[in-house]
Amino acid sequence: MAPKKTQRPLSPHLSVYKFPLTMMLSMIHRITGAALYFGTALLVWWLIALASGGEAFATVTWFMGTPIGLLIMVGYTWALFHHMVGGIKHFLWDFGKAFELDTVELVAKLATAIPIILTILVWAVGLGMA
Amino acid sequence: MSSTDKSNMRTPLSKVRGLGSAKDGTSHFWRTRLTALANIPLALFFIYFIASVAGKSYEDALAFIGNPFVAVTLLLFIISGVYHMKLGMQMIIEDYVSGEKSKILSLMLNVFFASAVGLACVFSIFKISFGA
Ligand code: HEM
Repeated sequence: MAPKKTQRPLSPHLSVYKFPLTMMLSMIHRITGAALYFGTALLVWWLIALASGGEAFATVTWFMGTPIGLLIMVGYTWALFHHMVGGIKHFLWDFGKAFELDTVELVAKLATAIPIILTILVWAVGLGMA
Repeated sequence: MSSTDKSNMRTPLSKVRGLGSAKDGTSHFWRTRLTALANIPLALFFIYFIASVAGKSYEDALAFIGNPFVAVTLLLFIISGVYHMKLGMQMIIEDYVSGEKSKILSLMLNVFFASAVGLACVFSIFKISFGA
């Protein structure tokens, strides 16, 4: 038997941390970036179909009109707004601004709420016009 | 340690210069910021574009992109956005893909994907604009 090890403090498991909003936003910025990246494939599909002719375009339009298609479009809009507001926050940090703890919290709350509000506004107007 | 080796005249800065993971960190950072700034107005336009074309007929969609202002602004968004997303995905790959072979392969696939997306969009918009 190996000699009994000295008692050392254990590193806490990831699951015992509470997820602060700022940490969530940092992760979501990267996730939305990656989602926007792969989402560009849909823009390619749409543009190529439009350039190819009415039949190809009808297929895309049909897909975008399905519940999944609508969900993707609303989701893409939100991801873009969210990533954009997160990017503006990065610009503040690049200039050394908004690092005080209470400002960080306030900015995080705004960066969560504003994209949701903008997404709802856009689609309320967008679907209202259609 | 070489930092205490008095016979070595090289400064600490000269020893680390050019040693980032892809050897071009500062320019990468700068280009991310440049494209990110350009993306703000361009992406706002793109969202307006998405909401406007949603549900449009084939003819109306063609006419919408046929408008030179719409076409050029969309092209600007595609150029800036594609370059930005290529830079961003490169950061993600450098952070998570550690094996040398898989890292180089992923970095290549990233360039291929971004180039294909960019060219496909630009070509389609040209074709639509110049009357297909
Ligand atoms: C709308 C305006 C946009 C702004 C202001 C913006 C800003 C930024 C900034 C500042 C970063 C760097 C984050 C860091 O240093 O950790 C970033 C990363 C990234 N962006 Fe954007 N971006 C925008 C649009 C887009 C678009 C349209 C795409 C994709 C089509 C995209 C994809 C990415 C990706 C993949 C990353 C890497 C994520 C990461 O490293 O965590 N971005 N963006």
